[in-house]
Amino acid sequence: MSETPPRVVIVGAGPAGIRAAEVLVAAGLRPTVIDEGARAGGQIYRRPPVGFTRTPKQLYGSEAAKAKALHDIFDRVSAEGRLIHRPRSSVIAVRDGVLHVLEDAALRQLPYDRLILATGASDRVAPIPGWQNPGVYSLGAAQIALKAQGVALGRRVLLAGSGPLLTLVGTQLLKAGADVAAVLDTSAWRRQMSGISGLAARPVFALRGLAMRARLGGRYRAGVVLEGIEADASGPVAVHWRDAGGRNRRTECDTVALGWHLRAETHLADLAGCSFAYDPDWSQWLPRTDPMGRAGNGVYLAGDGLRLLGSDGAERAGRLAAAACLTDLGLPTVSVAADLRRLARLDRFARGLARAFPWPAAMVRALPDETVLCRCEGVSVGELRQSVAFGGAEANRAKSLSRVGMGRCQGRYCQLAGAELIAAQAGCAPGEVGRLRGQAPVRPLPVGACLHEG
Amino acid sequence: MNAAGRLVRLAEHDRAPVRFSLDGHASDALEGDTVLTAILLSAGAVRAPEFGTEPRAGFCLMGACQDCWVWQEDGPRLRACSTPIAEGLRLLTAPPENWP
Repeated sequence: MSETPPRVVIVGAGPAGIRAAEVLVAAGLRPTVIDEGARAGGQIYRRPPVGFTRTPKQLYGSEAAKAKALHDIFDRVSAEGRLIHRPRSSVIAVRDGVLHVLEDAALRQLPYDRLILATGASDRVAPIPGWQNPGVYSLGAAQIALKAQGVALGRRVLLAGSGPLLTLVGTQLLKAGADVAAVLDTSAWRRQMSGISGLAARPVFALRGLAMRARLGGRYRAGVVLEGIEADASGPVAVHWRDAGGRNRRTECDTVALGWHLRAETHLADLAGCSFAYDPDWSQWLPRTDPMGRAGNGVYLAGDGLRLLGSDGAERAGRLAAAACLTDLGLPTVSVAADLRRLARLDRFARGLARAFPWPAAMVRALPDETVLCRCEGVSVGELRQSVAFGGAEANRAKSLSRVGMGRCQGRYCQLAGAELIAAQAGCAPGEVGRLRGQAPVRPLPVGACLHEG
Repeated sequence: MNAAGRLVRLAEHDRAPVRFSLDGHASDALEGDTVLTAILLSAGAVRAPEFGTEPRAGFCLMGACQDCWVWQEDGPRLRACSTPIAEGLRLLTAPPENWP
């Protein structure tokens, strides 16, 4: 090792990034932590702005102690100057060992020797007719609004999708005093039961989920097919759906929040040169690493941006990625056996969840042609289907021809539904149509920022 | 657009007031509100659509979807979900008239 201390950069200050930083700091390194948030914590343990008064128990419920422990360790280490925290900063590109960081409306370059990406995930959303209306949000948005701002996104909120976040957000909104019109789960009871063997790996978590569902009472419906959102000029008026018995239903609401579990945020991993594989359990492309999170070329991945294990898994994966980084730098590190074992167990559990609350492939394949697929630019399902006939069943070609994946969100909210539709058109599996290549900048870059490059 | 506003405050009422303007009209928010919260407490959307006919009111609230970039009368656009409201901000739900 040279005299100059290695420059290790962590992107993301959620559970994975915080634990990675903790391990590096304990080994005597001084990592830089870049994060888009104003305060460290990530999304699930997101902190409200300074001056808000709800307690961790009110904000994070049963997970309050974990959230507080993460916040405290980060704040302490940061205050001691043992890491460099760059909040409100976005990495917009990675190339040749240099991060391009958008910070204070200026673009700055940050070279690294080792890079730990803990970029997390966002909602995995499936389009339904009418979802382009104002007042339709992701499930995560409903939770962030409540947690970080103390607001409900509307007067009468309908939640739809599948996965643990669906029931969690429903109970959190009810508890906070919001009017929850319905919680519509597209996974049928039978399907949910089939995942139960995997769920036995975390009985407490599974039981907590059932208790939450009980609190939702008759609002919760399983095995639902979503037909569409009825809207007027100001937004949603009602959601049309079919119940498990095939009956047509209409539930009035002024706000809809949609989410089917999570979609790993992988743009930076892509730009950093990581390889990907389609994961049929998660119905999405995920980066490939060794069990420690090594992706090669001095890049390490941890947390939901690598494997969708939730916050407990992210804490462990963050420690492992940092340990791998230390080992590769020739530095002594902590024992990793217990974290590796626990991570394997969490992976079994998470895959059980993924199968019990699946991506609604059949619903997406059956979407009418006029449904908006790309919210950003209003491209319809029919336009994507046509592009397959012109250009073949390859996601990047279909993107060039139809612009699905080329808008502001860069495919984050349309890519997976797009792959499903291309596959249906071509008679193949979604994993066979290819993955949209990540493109820099991964966040909008104001032209003015380039003038202040330094 | 819904003049009554979209959002409902459920908690954290006890904060200092912040004044800003939306499309030339005086508006109030509380310190710690995001620009998105501040706008949607009194309006139904944060910006006019570039494509299609539906106004935009944000979608992910975590800086991933880029749906909620709003105009200012003077100066660069802001991502409403991740920018705190500040005293004196002059926000627009449509591009300024001199925008090409």
